[in-house]
Amino acid sequence: MTQSNRLNGGLINRDRPINFTFDNIPYQGFEGDTLASALLANNVRLMGRSFKYHRPRGPLTAGSEEPNAIVELRDGARKEPNTRATTAELFEGLFAKSQNRWPSLAFDMMAINDRLSSFLAAGFYYKTFMWPAAFWEKLYEPIIRRAAGLGSAALEPDPDTYDKGFLHCDLLITGAGPTGLMAALTAGRAGAQVILADEDSLVGGRLNCETITVNDQAGSDWVRAVQAELADMPNVRIMTRTTVIGAFDHGIFGALERVSDHLPVPANGKPRQILWRIYSKRSLLAAGAIERPIAFEQNDRPGIMLASALRAYANRWAATPAQQVAIFTNNDDGYRSAADLQAKGVSVAAVIDTRPDAQTSAEWEVLAGATIVNTSGRRGLTGIQVKLADGSVRHITCGAVGVSGGWNPNVHLASHQRGRPEWHAEIAAFGPGQTLPQGMSVAGAAAGHLSTYGALKSGVEGATAVLADLGKAATAPELPQAEDAPVKITPFWHVAGAKRAWLDQQNDVTAKDVKLAHQENFVSVEHLKRYTTLGMATDQGKTSNMGGLAIMSELAGKPIPQVGTTIFRPPYTPTAIGAFAGRSRDADFRPVRKTPSHTWAEEQNAVFVEVGMWLRAQWFPRKGETHWRQSVDREVLQTRKSVGICDVTTLGKIDVQGADAATFLNKIYCNPFAKVPVGKVRYGLMLREDGIAMDDGTAARLAEDHFVVTTTTANAVGVYRHMEFVRQCLFPDLDVQLISTTEAWAQYSVAGPNARALLQKVVDPEHDISNEAFPYMACGEVSVGQVRSRLFRISFSGELAYEIAVPTRYGDALIRRLVEAGKEFDAVVYGTEALGVMRIEKGHAAGNELNGTTSALNLGMGRMVNKKKDSIGSTLSERDGMNGPDALKLVGLKPVDPSKPVPAGAHLMTKGSPVDAAHDQGYVTSACYSPNLGHHIALAFLRSGDSRFGEVIRLVSPLTGQDHEVEVVSAHFIDPEGERLRV
Amino acid sequence: MSDISARMEPLTPMGTKTPKVDVYGPVTLSEVVDCALASFSARLGQQDAARNALMRFCGNTLPGPGQAVLGTVSVFWTGPEQWMVMAPHDTHEDLAEQLKVLATEAASTTEQNDAWCRFDLEGPNLADIFERLCPINIRASSGGEATRTSIDHLGCFVIVGAPDAITVLGPRSSAGSLHHALVTAIRSAI
Repeated sequence: MTQSNRLNGGLINRDRPINFTFDNIPYQGFEGDTLASALLANNVRLMGRSFKYHRPRGPLTAGSEEPNAIVELRDGARKEPNTRATTAELFEGLFAKSQNRWPSLAFDMMAINDRLSSFLAAGFYYKTFMWPAAFWEKLYEPIIRRAAGLGSAALEPDPDTYDKGFLHCDLLITGAGPTGLMAALTAGRAGAQVILADEDSLVGGRLNCETITVNDQAGSDWVRAVQAELADMPNVRIMTRTTVIGAFDHGIFGALERVSDHLPVPANGKPRQILWRIYSKRSLLAAGAIERPIAFEQNDRPGIMLASALRAYANRWAATPAQQVAIFTNNDDGYRSAADLQAKGVSVAAVIDTRPDAQTSAEWEVLAGATIVNTSGRRGLTGIQVKLADGSVRHITCGAVGVSGGWNPNVHLASHQRGRPEWHAEIAAFGPGQTLPQGMSVAGAAAGHLSTYGALKSGVEGATAVLADLGKAATAPELPQAEDAPVKITPFWHVAGAKRAWLDQQNDVTAKDVKLAHQENFVSVEHLKRYTTLGMATDQGKTSNMGGLAIMSELAGKPIPQVGTTIFRPPYTPTAIGAFAGRSRDADFRPVRKTPSHTWAEEQNAVFVEVGMWLRAQWFPRKGETHWRQSVDREVLQTRKSVGICDVTTLGKIDVQGADAATFLNKIYCNPFAKVPVGKVRYGLMLREDGIAMDDGTAARLAEDHFVVTTTTANAVGVYRHMEFVRQCLFPDLDVQLISTTEAWAQYSVAGPNARALLQKVVDPEHDISNEAFPYMACGEVSVGQVRSRLFRISFSGELAYEIAVPTRYGDALIRRLVEAGKEFDAVVYGTEALGVMRIEKGHAAGNELNGTTSALNLGMGRMVNKKKDSIGSTLSERDGMNGPDALKLVGLKPVDPSKPVPAGAHLMTKGSPVDAAHDQGYVTSACYSPNLGHHIALAFLRSGDSRFGEVIRLVSPLTGQDHEVEVVSAHFIDPEGERLRV
Repeated sequence: MSDISARMEPLTPMGTKTPKVDVYGPVTLSEVVDCALASFSARLGQQDAARNALMRFCGNTLPGPGQAVLGTVSVFWTGPEQWMVMAPHDTHEDLAEQLKVLATEAASTTEQNDAWCRFDLEGPNLADIFERLCPINIRASSGGEATRTSIDHLGCFVIVGAPDAITVLGPRSSAGSLHHALVTAIRSAI
């Protein structure tokens, strides 16, 4: 198809033709085109269907404020629905489809909604689907959900990557039109760090779309000259294709840079988009203004667009929606469109000016005091009915109408922190208010300076003020010459008497809907918005809100400023969720922590489990083992029979030093620590301030003024934070220094009757680790292969056990050495499952028991809370409710029928009592199959549990369908006297 | 299988025998293992003695907040009266002990050798890379800055030796994740 509506000139590169398809029909455009401009040049006006009524629609605008020309871009995994054809840059092979239509854009079955429009007015959902209530979930909602929504998602993972980044500047200038360019020039020459961001691919703003001259140059030529000067300044960063999407606290802005959206696929390694966080000392909003339409009967036909868009397409993209156009205006700016189009050879049928005093013209017919009262053309405009000042109606044949209802300063970002815009009567529009985000000022058309000269001047003044505020001297650049036409406007919002005059074209809201809402007493502007959905579409009502407010004000009989505006919220334009996620997705959702034995464990085909960010080996399957229990049972049995090795590096290690280190730990732990001898380890329980158990672990005294505290894996960070808080805030007068050493040491548990024999082969012979020289709970420095090591004789499994630590870089060598030395003992390496089984067999509390609701008393460690000293949580652990006679106590459970499981989470009931919450006796916290005992066992909290050993109670787990009897026993299933630990 | 009488062979944080070096265009990303680290914290009321001891070890200047003094022995500020000292591992494997001998009761020193992984980036325009990684105003750095920051959720130190030589210290167990983040940013930026 030829580009029959391609004009001459424009900022497109005719040497670079680009092939693309729209709804599978091939077209050709040029480099520099948007999808919308290329389609218009190819005489395609119909680009989409509206949301509710499926009305045929073409572009209303030429920018990011577009409500209508919403398409699906690309296909396959990169398919992106609901994108604006007016901002989609053309690239070779671009594949675009219309959406929200079936079976085709030209013939859409769902357009039946349009015939039913009288039933589908504002509040339709609320009124229609009231009864019967049961129908809502089963019938109404599915139907509505099917009918709603615009494009369809790709349903495949996004193949592109998204980056996040951080920028710093003295001055962020949002918008690189004449205002922003002059501000950047002023601030750049003064040496300030400047970021100049614009959502467009070109800098220049409206100057690229106008025939206006600056210093007797074409506006776009002046722009290129300024851009060249700015590009040479190292302190100025020009960011095109970058939308500032939100103004946040303390001068921080969010900005989305579309790095690769104009390319078929991103270059290798490059992100599709970058979400920047910009830290600015000051910001200047130079976002320009957006023209607003006038509502009139059937004003949504493809071909009817903003007058400024019509001339932007002609001037910048050398495209026109039709060869014969009309202009409908209430201000002088509409005439610019007439002039520019006529200069490009487009026939201007008439300028319809609502102002009765409009001047006649020799170049085109001016219909003063006239309005458009109807239009024709089902899939594109063919003509308009104009009611003349004398009341007669005239038909005018045209394929496009440029509508100009005046310009609204673009105050979106200025209002992101609830700043309310203020009414500027001289331009009949809202401008920025007094309460702006911190550090922000507004300049140019965004501040209501709508002439080119006004914008240039305002940019210089805005930057000069910012520089003075920052204490930087500035020399204002000489102001270029440019037009300085005053704004001449007579507000005119909508043509009275229209049945279907569209305000919000994206959400299909008419002037009549606003009237209906008002009639039904939705008088607050926020209620109006939600009841009619005016301004709630992806364009956030950039072209429609003002019209709605104006009609509200008429109906309410109060001036527009009193009606007020709705709240503006980020993001300024729709932003992909992928950009917010950045690199944190899929496998990179969060960092991975690997243990020192990870490489070795991978070689053994270990099964890994996530423990926080750590990857820990869960078990190590051997040949022939087909079920995890086989591996775990083997690891447990072999450890208790001979010896097992386990990587326990993940336990938190905190280095505590200082003259008052022991005093400090005496505060942290509820049991005594002041007199732990050097070379000894002590088990400790720490309480929260409220008396609830926080964490348990050990503290090894390496010197008078030096301890190493261990924490559980899960609470390593929390305990360290708690200790820092206690050190810095509660006891700043104690001499204590803390630092984490979790990652510095690779630590392995070696447990089982042969633990010592194995270690004696590994620890260098000059170190005596016999039971006499290195008894239970001893600690000290040893060496392995002449590498400095730390040895602790502590046990989680209940066996004779040690933990040995070497600098992490030797962790891999140590596991290999332990395994090699263990061969003669048939040593196993065990994972977290076997670790869990053995600690349950031994009755040791872990995370399931330290669950944030349990006290030392509950844990059976009530007597550990030493009352001869003051420690954190000690006092509040004495609270009444925590010490009742029927307090929960940690017990063991075994099933009466040995084949039955004892699942964690199950609740316990006294035999014969009802099964309900009021009679609940406690709950199961940890459960496993004990290969040593040959049946399932569990740890549980049971009311008065320590006095109920031998009682048979009822275990109920509705979730897993269990209801059977269990016997209450001691939590210490294995070696209750602890004899194995001391051999 | 290893021989239990043989020497213990260290692995790098990336899990290999030799440090990983990646070259992307003009940028070189090197894993550095010849780096001993020790934290140095003045004890209560011993600040002057502690500072003097540290200065004896690493020259006459101590870095203030956000600063680093770099050389064969380097030191950077990590908190009030608190520093991290870096020195070649081959000669200072027991760095914490060497410092403790000088400071005696005036300071607490803790071995941090293997708590961290270290990556050095060398090349032009490193700011383009780091502005994709962390909120530090890296363009305002000329050399001699050290800042605690977050890179892809990992607590790291970024130490600027010069605009074309920047060191990142990150948690050792997450060396792979940090390396991936650095490589992604390099490929995105260059």
